Parts: sequence; structure tokens; C-alpha cells
Amino acid sequence: MAKTKQNVVIKGTKEGLVFHLDDTCSFDRLLEELQEKLETSHQQILTGPIISITVKLGMRYVSTKQEQQIREILKKRGNLVVKAIESEVITKEEALRDKLASQVRVYARTVRSGQVIRHEGDLLLLGDVNPGALVMCTGNLFVLGALRGTGHAGCDGNQKCIVVAYEMFPTQVRIAGLVNFTSDEREPEKMTRMEFAYITEGRLAIEKISQLHKIRPELGRFVI
Amino acid sequence: MGEAIVVTSGKGGVGKTTTTANIGTALAQLGKRVCMIDTDIGLRNLDLVMGLENRIIFDLVDVLEGNCKLHQAMIKDKRFDDLLYLLPAAQTKDKSAVSPEQMEELVIRLKADFDFVLIDCPAGIEQGFKNAVAGADKAIVVTTPEISSIRDADRVIGLLEREELDATYLVVNRIRLHMTRTGDMLDVDDVVAMLSVDPIGYVPDDEEVIKHLNLKEPVAMNHEAKAGIAYRNIARRILGDSVPFLNMEEPEGFFKKVKRLFGIR
Repeated sequence: MAKTKQNVVIKGTKEGLVFHLDDTCSFDRLLEELQEKLETSHQQILTGPIISITVKLGMRYVSTKQEQQIREILKKRGNLVVKAIESEVITKEEALRDKLASQVRVYARTVRSGQVIRHEGDLLLLGDVNPGALVMCTGNLFVLGALRGTGHAGCDGNQKCIVVAYEMFPTQVRIAGLVNFTSDEREPEKMTRMEFAYITEGRLAIEKISQLHKIRPELGRFVI
Repeated sequence: MGEAIVVTSGKGGVGKTTTTANIGTALAQLGKRVCMIDTDIGLRNLDLVMGLENRIIFDLVDVLEGNCKLHQAMIKDKRFDDLLYLLPAAQTKDKSAVSPEQMEELVIRLKADFDFVLIDCPAGIEQGFKNAVAGADKAIVVTTPEISSIRDADRVIGLLEREELDATYLVVNRIRLHMTRTGDMLDVDDVVAMLSVDPIGYVPDDEEVIKHLNLKEPVAMNHEAKAGIAYRNIARRILGDSVPFLNMEEPEGFFKKVKRLFGIR
């Protein structure tokens, strides 16, 4: 059978090579052809100095195992460095997670002792966080009420996150991996309503909300 | 069809049993048919506070195990005609002798016959608590103005939210007026703000309560005592009357509250 259509197309760009892999043929066929291309043809561009490549999968979803198989084949050529493997499709699970992470989740309730709220992304809490309660999210935490329990922003490690509270009397404030026992150290005379906690110079600090645009100017652009 | 109200607190010793006895008494004084259930199996007290200890023959566990009929275990308080009854707890068993399903069924049976079923809950949040709240329509959470009992009340309110009751009310018990005035004790507004639950009564710390415990009659029967008045007001609020709260607070600024929160005067 004569080959009418190529399943692997290699193109050169300024950033390196781009491998366009067809998204309609079978995966086995794709691997075969990729192997063949690397071994037999295109010798002039596939030998020589180290070159970074991007693999574009189109509308094909690959599992981690399949992605590994592609990497294995490309690895046989010592000068190829895989920069990214891109697909236009993601699983429902990933999509849902990304969606949740990109929007501000609103809770309207009092979080009481012994209760834990965990959220992926930014969290807006309309109510108090009482002592003994734990509220954590991977993004920024906004408490329109009194934060008396423990508030944890950026809980998967994002140090840029902040904790905002209408009344900031927390048992603990945590951002990423840092913990601050604020209540013991703060001078009551300097407290106001509406404050936020953030990381500066490797430690946690608390400031008035009016300073937020100076300290985290990027926030205004990403949130809402 | 009556209404079942559980009296709970989380922490022990804040006055659950005293509150149950007095609200029950006050409701009976107002002409309502009331049944009080002591669910503190193994550590029963409500019979003692009511002065009905020597009349116990059967108890809650006997009823649920089928050893006797329900009406055989119910003790009528003769001071209130046919209005006030007590279903005592067993003293020789423990909380696991009863299941929430059994309690729910029992409370439904009692509601058919009474205007109010008051359930006296044991301390803690384990089996005894689960039994006590199982059949309840509403809850009264008792706390004192101390951080430990407020914390436990908060935990209990959180657990009650899951039970999807019709309403949860707060009773702040043992308020020492002179100490709240000097700022040595949290005042009721702080407590209510912290717990964000509707208050239904503030009960002052009153020596008459202790005297009446030894007299084996609830303080609500004393028309002079401040605590008695407070309990009777709670009963009237349960019936839907709008009774003003005794004015106990003085105006205070935000920073003073903050200072007090951190123990600075």
C-alpha cells in the first residue's frame, strides 16, 4: 500500500523542532512511524548539535505511560531534548480541577471548632473562622469575618498567596510552608480591621489592606 | 404534636441539667405538658435536681429494652398536677445500652402526648450525644463565659448543624455581672458574637441556684431569685413571647475588645 499521508511531520522553528503527530491513526502505528523517521530519514537534522523539540499531539489524549513511550523513542537520539509534549485535550478530572482552581469559591457560613474546609484555588469565606477550625486553600484566602482559627493560603506551596481577614485574630496564619503565631506577637494598638498576611523576606508579615496593591500588584490582574 | 428540644453543651459542668430542670419547671408553670428525659446513662443527675430520685423504679433503658411500659417508667412531679414528668436514665448501664434509632422512636412517641420533650444531653460528643440529639427538633446550647466552654459549645454547634435541626439557641449561664463590668469576664455580647447563634437567655451566677439544688427544687420555682427569673424568661421565649433581655452590657469600643481578647486591660 502506498503511503498517502504522513503520521509524523517534523518542522523546524526558531525555538527548535516541532513534531506534529497525527491524532487519527492508532498509537502503535504512530510509535512505529516515529521510530522509523528517527532511524532512517531526516538524518541531516537529527544529528549534530543538541536541539530542543516540542511534541504536538493534536486532539489525542495520551496517558503517562504512553507519553513515556514517546520519550523513550526520542531519547535514542542523544541530541534531542524534549521540551514539552503538548495535547489539545485533557481529562474531565483535570478540566474540573483547573476550573475550580481558576475561580473564587464562595462559602457563606461560620467555620467552627473541629471543622476543616479545603479548596483548590481562591476561597472567599463570608463568615467567621472560629478557634479550632482550619481553612485551607491552594490559592488566596479571603475571610470577610473574623479569622480566629487557622487560615492556610497557598497550601501546596505557592508563596505568593495571601490571607485577608476582616478581623485578623488568628490562632495561626500559614502561607505555603510558613507558620506565624500572630496573636502572641502583635501589638493590639497597631491593629485595624481588614488586614492581610503575606510572605516577605522569608517570613510572614501583616499589613493593612490599603497596602495590598503595592505589595502584590499582580493580584488585581488575576483575581476575578 | 409536641416539640423535642435537646439541651447540650459539649463541656461538662456548665449547667445542662440545671437548665433542663428549670426550663422544664418553668414551662410546666406556664401550663404546658412537659416530659424531661435524662440521657446521661450511668451518671444520672436530673432526678436528683428535681428531687425525684427516691421514686425511680424503671428507667430509660428498661423502656427501650422492653422490660416495662413507657408510662411505668415516667415519674410524675406532683408539684405540677399532671404537667411535668421525668424519664430517668439508668445508673447501672452505660451510653452504649441505647441507640440513636431507639431514642428517635421514643421521642416521637412522647411528642404525641406532650407539648415539650426536653432531652438532657450528657457531656462529650460521643455515643451519648448522638443518642440525645437523634430525636430532637431544636437544640439549646448551654455555655458559660469561659473560653473552654465556649470552644466546646462551638464544636457542638458545628455538629448540630449536621443534624439539620429547626433551630439552635444559646443560653449563656453563670454570668458574673461584676466581673463582666470590670472586664475580667467575657460579656454576653462577646460570647454571642463568637458563636454566632441566636441567644435565648442569659442566666446570672446566683447562689440561689446552689441553695435550691440542696432543697431539691429547681430555682425557677423561686420568684425572687434572679436566676429563677432568667429561666422563666427562657421558657416564655420558647413559647414565642418576646421578653427583653436583662441589660447586662455596657458600650465598648473595638480596641478595648481586642485588648481584652489578649488579656491587656
